[in-house]
Amino acid sequence: MHAPSAHAETTERPMPPVGWLTSAALACVVVGGILLASYAPRVAPLGVATALLVAAALLMIAAVTLLSRIKEFAWTTFVLVFKWALLAYAITAGMIEFAFAHDHTRGASLVVVTLMLVVFATSVPTTIAFTVARYADPG
Amino acid sequence: MNDEVTNSVATEPSTSAPPPSASRPKIQVVPVRGLPIVALLVVFVALSIGFNWQWGLMFNHVVGGGLWTGIDLFVGLVIGPILGRLSIPARAEFSARFMPKMVIIMPTVVMMTLATGFQVARFSGNLLASSPNHAWLIVSFCVVGVMAVIALGVLEPANIAVLFEMNKPVPNGARIGRLMQRFIYTAGITGVMQVATLIIMTRLASR
Repeated sequence: MHAPSAHAETTERPMPPVGWLTSAALACVVVGGILLASYAPRVAPLGVATALLVAAALLMIAAVTLLSRIKEFAWTTFVLVFKWALLAYAITAGMIEFAFAHDHTRGASLVVVTLMLVVFATSVPTTIAFTVARYADPG
Repeated sequence: MNDEVTNSVATEPSTSAPPPSASRPKIQVVPVRGLPIVALLVVFVALSIGFNWQWGLMFNHVVGGGLWTGIDLFVGLVIGPILGRLSIPARAEFSARFMPKMVIIMPTVVMMTLATGFQVARFSGNLLASSPNHAWLIVSFCVVGVMAVIALGVLEPANIAVLFEMNKPVPNGARIGRLMQRFIYTAGITGVMQVATLIIMTRLASR
């Protein structure tokens, strides 16, 4: 193992705040999930949870839009990391969905939970893949 | 995943680096040998939830939670300060062996803890609004939420980015240092949250 170069470059290419946006989306669905879970086994009021879900979806759309506009980006690295992280977090989200369905969550509540889990399962891989790819050579 | 990841990164040309060293071993970003164990644990958790297997639920929650809290505090309070005092080559060598293991261990113990924790709370009656423990449970949800956002949105991306950087022909030390600063900045928050978890969980279990 060689040590990292001590005289490495300290300046980075400016990048849009994709990681911040996807992390903010994650925070929205985590808060929404806590809200829904705090009412269990009663049916939670869906107004605030839906608003948080919409906010998370808008943040994800903004992140993907900014991501798609980056010139000279390491897309190969991004896709490689994203697909494996997506697999891992889809399994985790599936487990949470299974637990909610097993606990008799039904109807609109289950739809909101499912959509939140979709945001969860895509936001984390996007954050990871972007953080890795932004430092990779575009190739 | 491992070979694909290491190969794809290692073959990328470096724009500002000297020629690559052929002798440097590649880092396994994800230790493939650990994946069957993870798969077994996922199945174990799913079966415990699916069949309302109370021992399985409690086992996964207590073992997963204990490891999660223990590892977080041990790494933050013991390993971290030691690592900070090592030479840069020693730090790099330790991180190259340590961080891939964390990539696989931490998500697994978190999954074990959280997926079964909700079921344990349901069976113990703590989920009911009338339970005297309900407020403590909600606080624990909030604590876990803060830790989840920090771990998934801040630390894990940095961990994997560092491993990819270390797999480059000549890693960028300044970049690795910047990414590793995230661990230092969040160590205090994570430590406080984990101590809060210990207090809440022991309180829930003793009432």
